[in-house]
Amino acid sequence: MPRRDDIQRILILGSGPIVIGQAAEFDYSGVQACKVLREESYEVVLVNSNPATIMTDPEFADATYVEPLLPGPVAQVIAREKPDALLPTLGGQTALNLAKELHENGALAEHGVELIGANYEAICRAEDRDQFRVTMENAGLRMPRSAIATTAAEAQDAMIDIGLPIIIRPAYTLGGRGGGIARTPDEFREIVRGGLDASPIGQILIDESVLGWGEFELEVMRDHNDNCVIVCSIENIDPMGVHTGDSVTVAPQQTLTDRLYQKLRDQAFTVMRAVGVETGGSNVQFAVNPTTEEIMVIEMNPRVSRSSALASKATGFPIAKIAARLAVGYALDEIDNDITRLTPAAFEPTIDYVVVKIPRFAFEKFSGVDERLSTHMKSVGESMAIGRTFQQAFAKAMRSRELDSVPDVGGALEELLARLEMPGPDRYDVLLAAFRAGADPEEIERRTKIDLWFLRELKQLADDPDGPFRGTRTFKSVDTCAAEFAAETPYYYSAWETPSPPAPREGFTTPHHEVRRGAKPSVVILGAGPNRIGQGIEFDYCCVHAAMTVRASGRDAVMVNCNPETVSTDYDTSDRLYFEPLTLDDVLGVVEIEQPGGVIVQFGGQTPLKLAAGLQGAGVPILGTSVDAIDLAEDRGRFGALLERLGYEAPPYATAHGVSEALAASESVGFPLLVRPSYVLGGRAMEIVYSVEDLADYLARTAAPNGPLGWGSADPKGRLVGTEREIFLDRFLENAIEVDVDALCDGEDVWIGGIMQHVEEAGIHSGDSACVLPPHSLGPEMLDEIREHTRGIALGLNTVGLINIQYAVTLDGRLFVIEANPRASRTVPFVSKAIGVPLAKMACRLMLGERLEDLALPSETMPTDHISVKEAVLPFDRFIGTDALLSPEMRSTGEVMGVARDFPTAFAKAQAAAGLRLPNEGTVFITLTDGDKSGAYAIASRLEDLGFRIVATAGTAQAIRGMGARVDEVLKKVGDGSPNVVDLIEAGEIDLIINTPTGSGARADGWEIRRAAIARGIPCITTLSGGHAATRAIAAARNGEPKVVSLQELHRDRQRVG
Amino acid sequence: MTEGRNAKSAFVLLEDGARFDGIAAGGGGWADFATGEVVFTTGMSGYQESVTDPSFAGQIITFTYPHIGNYGVCEDAMESSRIWARAVVMRSAMNTEDAPTAERGWLDWLADCGVPAISEVDTRALVRHIRDAGSMRGGVFPGSMGVDEARALIAAEPSMQGADLARIVTPREMTVHGGGDGPRIAAIDTGIKGSIVRNMVQRGAVLELHPCTVTAEALLASDPDAIFLANGPGDPAALDYIVDTLRDLVGRKPTFGICLGHQLLCRAVGLDTYKLAFGHRGGNHPVKDLETGRIEITSQNHGFAVLGPGGEHTIAGDEPVRWQTDFGAAQLSHINLYDRTVEGLTLLDVPGGTVQYHPEAGPGPNDSLYLFDRFLDQIKAAA
Ligand SMILES: Nc1ncnc2c1ncn2[C@@H]1O[C@H](COP(=O)(O)OP(=O)(O)O)[C@@H](O)[C@H]1O
Ligand SMILES: Nc1ncnc2c1ncn2[C@@H]1O[C@H](COP(=O)(O)OP(=O)(O)O)[C@@H](O)[C@H]1O
Ligand SMILES: [Mg+2]
Ligand SMILES: [Mg+2]
Repeated sequence: MPRRDDIQRILILGSGPIVIGQAAEFDYSGVQACKVLREESYEVVLVNSNPATIMTDPEFADATYVEPLLPGPVAQVIAREKPDALLPTLGGQTALNLAKELHENGALAEHGVELIGANYEAICRAEDRDQFRVTMENAGLRMPRSAIATTAAEAQDAMIDIGLPIIIRPAYTLGGRGGGIARTPDEFREIVRGGLDASPIGQILIDESVLGWGEFELEVMRDHNDNCVIVCSIENIDPMGVHTGDSVTVAPQQTLTDRLYQKLRDQAFTVMRAVGVETGGSNVQFAVNPTTEEIMVIEMNPRVSRSSALASKATGFPIAKIAARLAVGYALDEIDNDITRLTPAAFEPTIDYVVVKIPRFAFEKFSGVDERLSTHMKSVGESMAIGRTFQQAFAKAMRSRELDSVPDVGGALEELLARLEMPGPDRYDVLLAAFRAGADPEEIERRTKIDLWFLRELKQLADDPDGPFRGTRTFKSVDTCAAEFAAETPYYYSAWETPSPPAPREGFTTPHHEVRRGAKPSVVILGAGPNRIGQGIEFDYCCVHAAMTVRASGRDAVMVNCNPETVSTDYDTSDRLYFEPLTLDDVLGVVEIEQPGGVIVQFGGQTPLKLAAGLQGAGVPILGTSVDAIDLAEDRGRFGALLERLGYEAPPYATAHGVSEALAASESVGFPLLVRPSYVLGGRAMEIVYSVEDLADYLARTAAPNGPLGWGSADPKGRLVGTEREIFLDRFLENAIEVDVDALCDGEDVWIGGIMQHVEEAGIHSGDSACVLPPHSLGPEMLDEIREHTRGIALGLNTVGLINIQYAVTLDGRLFVIEANPRASRTVPFVSKAIGVPLAKMACRLMLGERLEDLALPSETMPTDHISVKEAVLPFDRFIGTDALLSPEMRSTGEVMGVARDFPTAFAKAQAAAGLRLPNEGTVFITLTDGDKSGAYAIASRLEDLGFRIVATAGTAQAIRGMGARVDEVLKKVGDGSPNVVDLIEAGEIDLIINTPTGSGARADGWEIRRAAIARGIPCITTLSGGHAATRAIAAARNGEPKVVSLQELHRDRQRVG
Repeated sequence: MTEGRNAKSAFVLLEDGARFDGIAAGGGGWADFATGEVVFTTGMSGYQESVTDPSFAGQIITFTYPHIGNYGVCEDAMESSRIWARAVVMRSAMNTEDAPTAERGWLDWLADCGVPAISEVDTRALVRHIRDAGSMRGGVFPGSMGVDEARALIAAEPSMQGADLARIVTPREMTVHGGGDGPRIAAIDTGIKGSIVRNMVQRGAVLELHPCTVTAEALLASDPDAIFLANGPGDPAALDYIVDTLRDLVGRKPTFGICLGHQLLCRAVGLDTYKLAFGHRGGNHPVKDLETGRIEITSQNHGFAVLGPGGEHTIAGDEPVRWQTDFGAAQLSHINLYDRTVEGLTLLDVPGGTVQYHPEAGPGPNDSLYLFDRFLDQIKAAA
């Protein structure tokens, strides 16, 4: 049966902000779905609160709603847009759970919306762990023995019955959040408590442990004719016990005999059919006993997933695209394989290379958290590498991680072996070190249960790191068929091969490159590598826009990137895709064969910038802002001089080399100080210190070899600066308003895209603070001054392309320049969507030689008919044990956008989208540091008017009462006996917390409060400014549910540019 | 582990002069050489099943998957009593015995059996060459050997076209397998795979395996319920003596065939076969069952195919087109969705049917095992 004609409009739900366990892969799948559905001439309505996604670009859907992914707003969208069908399988667990709710609350039925791709029953059978177990048992498949518990007591009984170690997994949580492995009764009780809280339905599954068994994943596709195929098998090198998202994984599976593999394949189909996913892709996970070959089913995801994105990139089989077509009625044999163009999608890819995926962690940003890997996902991103052998792929994957500092793998062999028993983020660095120190594979197998096949390969790699890279570098293509058919799609990877003499036949050269490069000039775009905190999907968004623009300019767009989650690594985003690590050598390999007209380094964040100098040194033309200008902006001395020349103010600063210099310089700069290492993104290791003692302590903590300052690692210029590594000391401007500006510059003119006012004051990293566009409390004079400064700096740096400048406006109305980044910034997608001008595309056109005047840009004045708010999303709930405090060090993983006619409503939307449920009534607990107490009254009285109960700690209560507002109850501080604040929070008697700390002392106090709040999911606001905004938002919410609005409506007046 | 960096050099040479260098794998290198038809298989696992499949007799197997030998070898995975492939060409050969089922290392075993193995070869370049130029004769030679000498050895190798390899792989005398209460089946053993025997016996059949030179009388001696034609190596056009035997049997007994058996039965009823450019070898070809409309992912291993009703190489639509044969009408039952070649047909006026691919798997997917049930039901129905 071909295309369904009984439906015209299809609603697609995105996955919202990037969080651990749900990243860019759902932008990739969503974009693919939007593309094919519109090719099939359906109308697409899209809802996603994440502005940094390509899918929310207005041209990808007929109606694009950047609105909270909650039943209320989505029901509004349904009522307005009247879609015929909802495709819920492309937006991760968020979309699936949301679709489930919309079915349960009748919203779908009311408007006659059909669920396509996966029906309600199937979703329940797969997502509800209990239903799933029953379904598997009825299908005759084995699962680990397990019990369901909804209370601690039930859990206790289950533990006694099943025995330790034991696995706890909450129902309906992402990436195993709230679950874990319990080895002792105490651990068990603790995890159970967390798990019951984490599960939206308060249900946990308690599993018999199969720790140490092999873990395998199969990506299954099924069409409505019940045809099933396996797209890819994935073997986790880390055995059961390490979440697949945190495991190093390999495709295809390496260690199973054909007979055993076929058994898994058969069982995967049985699972698919039993759960009843009628069409689309699913991910089935198995545990396999390494000696007895017993098989157990672990779980299935009835939707595209992180693994399906990986499988798509690993094989060239576009799962999301095909899934979308299947959902609208096609059968597998009615769909073409667009890699070969002549065979149908009804087949199983076979590959002639090895793919390795490696996770990227960010523990360095969350002091105090448990770094051991477990059943609950902790990585923030991943890289993928393709090689002709496992060793080639693994070595490439390791160098794709973009670590800030070299992992510490010192120590005696016994120490290393001990570390291996508790898998951590640096597990494979330690493992290789252990081999170098003489460990034998059998010993490590005993400690890690990693399959000996991998260990023997890794030992060889440890002994001879260059081994895999002998011979000649050839570029081969990913073609889904191991060269059985000629592939159309130019998707390449480098492989080192034994050179052979040229064959006598036409068109055969040595080395056997497969790159077919036409006559067109090409432009190489360097991607951003693995997602990590400080460098996320925003940069991929910019790279994709660059590719679109280069193509539109009649040149070939060539993408180099190694992040399998992204749209940039979709083979039809660029003219040629090279799936390669972003190191100088690997990139030069691509340059050698591409001979590009130029390379773009401005859009991939810090990753390509680090390569700029090296590329230029190798004679590669860099497009846009010059390498020297980039250095000028990064180099404190040179940049300071520029500001001086322009007569702009910057906070007093000093640059020190090493500890003693830093201590000496601190006095002259003056406290409070903001300290950080040079050349870092996202404020790595950045802290505010109030005294010389604080500073000495900071340096002691961070400057240790391999401490966050990364003494051990090379700086971007490739110099190993060792203890001479630079440290920046800035005077910290207290209570200043921070402002972010994104602007375009062609070297002679400047066009300001957006001026954003931060909600939180300077001192909270720009990436972590909410911001408003246009600014809501800066006067016209100040805005003019900001524009003037921005022009001065952009031209002073000879910027060609994008520039982002951060300012701080102090209470006495002075404008300070904090930093300038002559490159795409994190806020580019947000601003583009807020003003309806695709800044990255415009910048790319400038870099390709056009002038600002050629771009037909609208007048610079900002839209006033609507307000856009960006809010950051922080992962504190996944890093229990870390202090949930905003600081100059960026720690958010993603962002959301809220748009409305007024600031409070837009802010409320953004909060809701970010998952902060601001209460409409109930009890507010306020506790402020002395510095802020004066501001307590305003908030308290406003909330009092709104009918809230106000409770506070003694000091704060006094301040509030002193100003004449009511405080209903004074609470005991932690440690002053109970019932204290924390007891009440845990008892669920508090609905909103406003808690501002400054200075290390106060931070310690609030820690318990914030921990409890996070665990209970109670909104906890840690800045006064944030408190004010929240109060106004709560007031605004009284006017009922805010109206939803599509980007197309917002910018209807604005003629489309781009 | 990857074998012998700094082991002996070796090379693959094709009859058109294309050369691909590598190193001698297994036993630290071999002095001997091998020639034959150089083919490739795209299966990612099942290397042992492949080399012991008699259909590979006379051929040098290039594995497109880089790592071969990952889980060693074991008795269970034998498709026949020995290795039939002349040599194996690999990108990265492994010799580990760590897998729970491993009884011996892959490379040690190849060495024991005197089968040359070459590794570190740019197999993808080799495969693309064959894909474009077609499979051809070639050989695997030690680096010490001169190219001219190698050329001469390849030239001396008879072409696959017109080659009767059945006589080489067929058993000396008849054997009986299985003791179930199912039908009795007399098979012409042109190199039957163990998995076919296993699947029939598991379903209660009693299977007689006869030498390929068997006469019709001898086959009918035990009054079997059906005749089965096995898979096997070589060119069906070179086996007219089997075809003649068959012409006496078709119509008298239900007759079924797999792979070479399919080609032979088709020739027996008057249809024609031709040589594919580089054949089908692997475990991922989609085949559509035109009766149910279901798609099976199939195990494939053949270099020849049956011509369509109008003598065409490929069939355009998904229609069950018909042939007029010497024994009445025949109808297309299965089609290959990759290149639209004939994958199976049913005889409409006499009991019988065939498939080109390998429902028995070994190696490959189990999607088509149902065919053995269908096949045995048809025998019961005919009885
Ligand atoms: N019974 C078990 N014994 C040991 N490890 C397990 C068990 N069940 C799950 N795991 C581990 O926990 C991880 C997460 O479990 P999974 O069911 O896949 O949840 P999620 O929905 O987070 O993917 C798995 O990848 C596996 O490594
Ligand atoms: N002198 C200063 N006074 C107050 N806050 C500052 C100062 N310098 C930086 N900050 C804060 O630290 C954050 C990170 O500093 P920034 O220079 O932007 O580092 P990054 O390169 O990580 O963006 C800024 O967003 C701002 O909130
Ligand atoms: Mg999982
Ligand atoms: Mg900044």
